[in-house]
Amino acid sequence: MSTAADKVAARPGSGRLASLTAWIDERFPLTALWKSQVSEYYAPKNMNFWYFFGSLAMVVLVIQILSGLFLTMNYKPSSADAFGSVEYIMRDVEWGWLIRYIHSTGASAFFIVVYLHMFRALLYGSYQKPRELLWIFGMLIYFALMAEGFFGYLLPWGNMSYWGAQVIVSLFGAIPVVGDSLTEWIRGDFYISDVTLNRFFALHVVAIPFALVFLVIAHLMALHEVGSNNPDGVEIKKVKGPDGIPLDGIAFHPYYTVKDMVGLGVFLILFALVIFFAPTLGGYFLEYANFEPANALQTPPHIAPVWYFTPFYAILRAVPSKALGAGLMGIAVVLFVFLPWLDRGKVKSIRYRGPLFKFFLYSFAISFVALGYLGLQPVSPAYTMAARVFSVVYFAFFLLMPWYSSIDKTKPVPTRVTYHAH
Amino acid sequence: MRIDRHQPLILAFVAALAGLPAVAFAAGGETHVEKANNDIHNEASLQRGAKNFVNYCIGCHSAKYVRYNRVAADIGLTEKQMTDNLMFPGDSPHATMTNSLQADDGKQWFGVAPPDLSLVARSKGPDYVYTFLKSFYADPTKGTGVNNLALPGTAMPHVLWELQGTQEAVWEGHPDAQGNVQKRFREFKLATPGKLNPEEYDAFVRDTVNFLEYIGEPVQARRQELGYWVIAFLVFFTLLAYALKKEYWKDVK
Repeated sequence: MSTAADKVAARPGSGRLASLTAWIDERFPLTALWKSQVSEYYAPKNMNFWYFFGSLAMVVLVIQILSGLFLTMNYKPSSADAFGSVEYIMRDVEWGWLIRYIHSTGASAFFIVVYLHMFRALLYGSYQKPRELLWIFGMLIYFALMAEGFFGYLLPWGNMSYWGAQVIVSLFGAIPVVGDSLTEWIRGDFYISDVTLNRFFALHVVAIPFALVFLVIAHLMALHEVGSNNPDGVEIKKVKGPDGIPLDGIAFHPYYTVKDMVGLGVFLILFALVIFFAPTLGGYFLEYANFEPANALQTPPHIAPVWYFTPFYAILRAVPSKALGAGLMGIAVVLFVFLPWLDRGKVKSIRYRGPLFKFFLYSFAISFVALGYLGLQPVSPAYTMAARVFSVVYFAFFLLMPWYSSIDKTKPVPTRVTYHAH
Repeated sequence: MRIDRHQPLILAFVAALAGLPAVAFAAGGETHVEKANNDIHNEASLQRGAKNFVNYCIGCHSAKYVRYNRVAADIGLTEKQMTDNLMFPGDSPHATMTNSLQADDGKQWFGVAPPDLSLVARSKGPDYVYTFLKSFYADPTKGTGVNNLALPGTAMPHVLWELQGTQEAVWEGHPDAQGNVQKRFREFKLATPGKLNPEEYDAFVRDTVNFLEYIGEPVQARRQELGYWVIAFLVFFTLLAYALKKEYWKDVK
């Protein structure tokens, strides 16, 4: 039987290219790396569309690094010039508007993709043993991404940039004793100023991207060590053929490279729709108040962080005490890290979980979206009440997990993945 | 997926959670905003708007990120038409739309420096600017003799009074139990007509707002045109990728 994959593998190994490869392989493990990480990395054959978001996150990271590189060529990180330099990019730099919209849309796309990627892990128990470290690296990527988004949002030096940063930095003031000196240390000044803008720029373009790339490499190394999970939550390495290859595994390249290309195409269509037809996305991706320059004397009519932070912002506002609210907000973000140990379930995938887990997971997902919506709205008693209800559901998902995951009535897990050839 | 007996209960709770925001968010106040109904693809309107802008606005308000020759190219004027009709003599066509009003002077004269208008329609929205320019009404308690319903207490005088005429605001008031009257706006009444009739004035403001929306993002028309080609290419790419995927995955049993 000759398959398409065999044809790729059986490419004629003669000629100049082959001798060049041989020359490199004697000095650097090029072919060995390619095989171990790509062409002979065996992934479960039943991975569904939820598995697009990992590779998409990597694509968005590359998009952000490249578009960011070109933005820095024309951006000026000073309080006097920053806003004007962004408008200069939008109007006078050749294709500057496109580069800027790619970067601003990319920021939101990054969070959408990462949130879906994380939800996939919750659906199929991808954080469970033996993937705890893989999950923790992933969470560190998420934290770095939040920092990256926060620092980057100040750079256009619009009025929402300014006041958003003011509000978020002031949260650190809620920490007892050291709070005030800590906020001063972060800003480098008594208020958000030129000094703050400069250091946020440095963190946004040098420190955090380095951390991100390093963490992504660690995440991938951990993934390729333990192997990919799948929608059945079955460990494919448990059933291997005589050649040592998992019976339910297929080579990542070419099978998943061609499949991910379809996901990439669909993603790029949506991405381009935003960039070319709705770059502000109704004020959610680029807030309207940010088209006014930073003004220390006048707040925007309504200050809200960008949408990807608002679930946590809603939790903060739901609590009457600022210190307690800030504390709960921090805990809400960090709780994800402990999932591998909170989950006492005997099965991984939602397909074999019992009704209790489904109930808590779906309620959590709805609460997360609802809190995100509430965090964008002005405060009102009804909204605050709603935010409290959703916050309780949010925390219940994590804190009650040891209980409901252990007593849940699960279904039997098959030994092999379910897959129907098409 | 198999339907077990807990499923309806789960679904009911989930539906209740999803419905909660709809109930909580039903309340909300209304403010007076009129639709501008402008069209940035209408070149004639943009040209009239540009004329209005340089005749009535630029004396006090700059548009400092906007270049004259870029405007000319975008709204279908030659550079010569631009320099002859819409610019101060001697200004370079490469110049941006600034004026000689110093911020300090502006602050002295009006109380606040007149803001730059490059991005006003982007930050506030074209409907807001349209409503603002139509909402001046006589108010003898103000130094400028006018107030504005869209921005109460505005420092801006009614620059377009000659065109619109003078409006008076008609209020309706209902005294509550304590005898306090809650004043509520009902309508504007034209006290003295201006050079333009109301329809002509609306059109004048619409053209001006159209120009302001255009300068908020000069590339927007081209951006959309380009978008169709990009999407067409990406759809083609995706179909090709899908065909390739189908071909390879035939092997997977």
